Amino acid sequence: MTDLTQTKLTQQQVRERIEQRLASRHRKEKLFRGLGIASIAFGVLAVLILFTDIIGKGSGAFVQTAIELRVHYDEQVLGIDKVDDESLAWANFTGVIRQALQQRFPQATSRGDKRELNSLISTGAPFTLRDRLKANPELLGQTETVWLTADDDVDTFVKSLSDSAEGFRGRTSDQKAGWIEQLMDSGELKKRFNTTFFTNGDSREPEQAGIRAALMGSLFTLLVTLALSFPIGVAAAIYLEEYAPKNRWTDLIEVNINNLAAVPSIVFGLLGLAIFINFFELPRSAPLVGGLVLTLMTLPTIIISSRAALKAVPPSIREAAMGMGASRMQVVFHHVLPLAMPGMLTGAIIGMAQALGETAPLLMIGMVAFIVDVPGGITDPSTVLPVQIFLWADSPERAFVERTSAAIMVLLSFLILMNTSAVLLRKKLERRW
Amino acid sequence: MNTMTLDATGQAEPVQPKPLEKEAVDTKTKVRETVGKPFCDSAKLRMRNVNVFYGEAQAIHDVSLDIGRNEVVAMIGPSGCGKSTFLRCLNRMNDTIEGCRVEGELALDDEPIYGPKVDVVPLRARVGMVFQKPNPFPKSIYENVAYGPKIHGIASRRAELDEIVENSLRRAGLWNEVKDRLDKPGTGLSGGQQQRLCIARAIAVSPEVILMDEPCSALDPIATARIEELIDELRENYTIAIVTHSMQQAARVSQRTAYFHLGHLVEVNDTETVFTNPQHELTEAYITGRFG
Repeated sequence: MTDLTQTKLTQQQVRERIEQRLASRHRKEKLFRGLGIASIAFGVLAVLILFTDIIGKGSGAFVQTAIELRVHYDEQVLGIDKVDDESLAWANFTGVIRQALQQRFPQATSRGDKRELNSLISTGAPFTLRDRLKANPELLGQTETVWLTADDDVDTFVKSLSDSAEGFRGRTSDQKAGWIEQLMDSGELKKRFNTTFFTNGDSREPEQAGIRAALMGSLFTLLVTLALSFPIGVAAAIYLEEYAPKNRWTDLIEVNINNLAAVPSIVFGLLGLAIFINFFELPRSAPLVGGLVLTLMTLPTIIISSRAALKAVPPSIREAAMGMGASRMQVVFHHVLPLAMPGMLTGAIIGMAQALGETAPLLMIGMVAFIVDVPGGITDPSTVLPVQIFLWADSPERAFVERTSAAIMVLLSFLILMNTSAVLLRKKLERRW
Repeated sequence: MNTMTLDATGQAEPVQPKPLEKEAVDTKTKVRETVGKPFCDSAKLRMRNVNVFYGEAQAIHDVSLDIGRNEVVAMIGPSGCGKSTFLRCLNRMNDTIEGCRVEGELALDDEPIYGPKVDVVPLRARVGMVFQKPNPFPKSIYENVAYGPKIHGIASRRAELDEIVENSLRRAGLWNEVKDRLDKPGTGLSGGQQQRLCIARAIAVSPEVILMDEPCSALDPIATARIEELIDELRENYTIAIVTHSMQQAARVSQRTAYFHLGHLVEVNDTETVFTNPQHELTEAYITGRFG
C-alpha cells in the first residue's frame, strides 16, 4: 500500500491517478450490469420457450370434436319398453348410435366399412344418450338431433387439419377421412369446449379422460398437508426460536432440519411406504398417506421460513412486551406472531406449491393408480395432478399429448396462483415498525 | 499515540484515556468502596453486593445501592460502565440475555427480586420500564396503553379501561395531542410522542418503580424537556431510576446521582453534591469532561 505522505504526491497527481482508474471502474460496472441483464434475459427466454411450447401443444385439449346425429330412441333396438334405472342399465344405446350412423352414411354396407363407421363416435357416447333419456323419458320412441363426442382419432385428425392440408391420419383410413370431410362440409361436425376434461376422471379413451379426479386428489392431499404441516411447523419454529436454550442439542436439531430440507423427496416416499402403509396399515393410494408424506417433506421448509420470520421481528417489541409483564406466551402470541405471520404464511404457501408439484414420493405410496372415479374423501384411492401428467405422458394415443400439456397448464396456473398470492399476501400484511 | 494500557497478562484493557496532567487512575485499587451515601432509610429498592456476569466477563462488580421512595436516582458514567446492565437487573430484563448471571441480594420492599420462587410477571408489573428507543407496539394508541391493564386483568369493564387509558395518557402529558386519534397506530406518532406513549403504557399498570434507560437519547431538546418535566411530576407517585448520558439531565431531574465506572459504583451522593463537590477523583474527572 502506498503511503501518501511518504511518496509526497501532489494533489494534482492524486487526481490524475483517480482519473486513470475511473475508466476501468466504469467499464467493470457496465460489464457487471450487462451480465446481470443477460442472465435475466436467459431466464425469461427459457420460461417463454417453455410456456409457448406447452400452450401450443396443450391449448387444443380445451376443445373437442363433436358430431351431429339424428338419433331415434327405438324401443326395439334399445330393447326396453319403459324408462327406469334397471332397464336403462340394460338398454343398447350403442345400437341406436350405429343405426343413426348407418342412416347418415347408407353407402357403408360391408362389415369392415360398418366397423370403420362406428368408430367415428366415442365409446362414451352411449352414456350421453342414456343420461338424456333418463332426464327426458318421453323421448323414448322419438327422434332427436344430438351432438355426440367424436372418437379421439377423429379429434386428432380434425385438429391436425389446421396444421397441414393432409392432416394426421394415423389409424384413420381414406374412407373414414372422406366421411369426416363430408361431415365438416355439411356442418355436422364442430369443435366445442371440452367440458369432459374438467368433469371426468382418467380414462383409456383420450376423449373421455379428464383431470377432475387428479385435481380432487391434489386438493385432498394438500388439505391434509396444510392441516398438519402448518401448525406443526409453526409450533416447532416458535419453540426453537423463542423457548429452546441455545446449546449443542438445539444446534444438532437445527442442522438436521436444514438437512431434511435437502433430502430427495423419493426418500420420504419410501419412508411413507414403510411406516404409514406397512406399519400403520393405512390405505394405499389415499390422499391421507400422500398428505402425511408431503407433510414430512414440507415441514423443513415451513420451519425454516417461520424461524426466519420470527427472527425478523425486532427485539424492541419483545422487550416492550416483556417490560410490561407479559408472560413468554403472551409476548409470542400478542406481539411476535402477528408480526411474523406474513412471513410464515408466505413460507407455507411456497411449501404447499412445492407439495402440489411433487411426484416422486407419491409414486412410492401407490398414488400412481389409474383412477376413474373422482375421490370423495381423504381415504379414497386417488392420484394427483403431476402423477396424472406422468401417466398421460406415457400413454401411446396421440390425443394424450395435448391432454398432457393441458394438464401441465392447469398445474402451472395453480402454481402461479399460489405464488402470486404469497407475494400479494406478504405485501398486504407487511407492517412497518 | 498509545492510549491502550496493557496489564500483566498482556490483555488489552478497554480504551481509557489518561486524565491529562494527572496520574493514570488505577480503578482496580481505587474503586474498592463506594464513596458517598449509597444507602437510605426508606429504601424502595435495596441492592447489596450485586455482581453481574455475561458468560465469563464480569459487567458489574460488587455494587450496593438503595433507591428510596419517591426519589429519582440518576445513574451516570461513561459508555459500557454497566449502568444499563444494573438497571435491567431491577426488573430482571437480563433474564432473556443468554449467559447472563446475576449474584447478590436485590429486594423490592424487602421481597427478593431474584430467587426460585419469584414470578417475573407480577414483578414487572410493579417495576415498569421505559427504553432508550421509543418502542410502542405496532397497534393503536389505545391498545398500547390498554395492553398492560388487559394482560394483568386490572380492568374488567370497557369503561374502566377507558378511564385508565385516559388517566395514563393525561399523566404522560399526551392526552390532548392524541385524544382524537386513539385508534390510530402508535408508531405513527413523532419520536417524543412515542416515548411519552411508552411512559403512559408503563404507568397504566400503576407500577411502584419506573426504570428509564436513557429515555431521551433519541429525542430532540424540546421533546426532552417535556419528558424531564414529566419525570418531575411522576416523582410524586413513583420511584424512578434513570440512566442518562446527559449530566445536565441528571442534574435537572434527580435527587441523588450514582456514578458508575467500569462496572464499579464509584460514588453516590445528593445530586447537588456530585456536581458541585465530587468526592472521588474519577467522578470529578468525568463530570468535568476529562473523559467519557
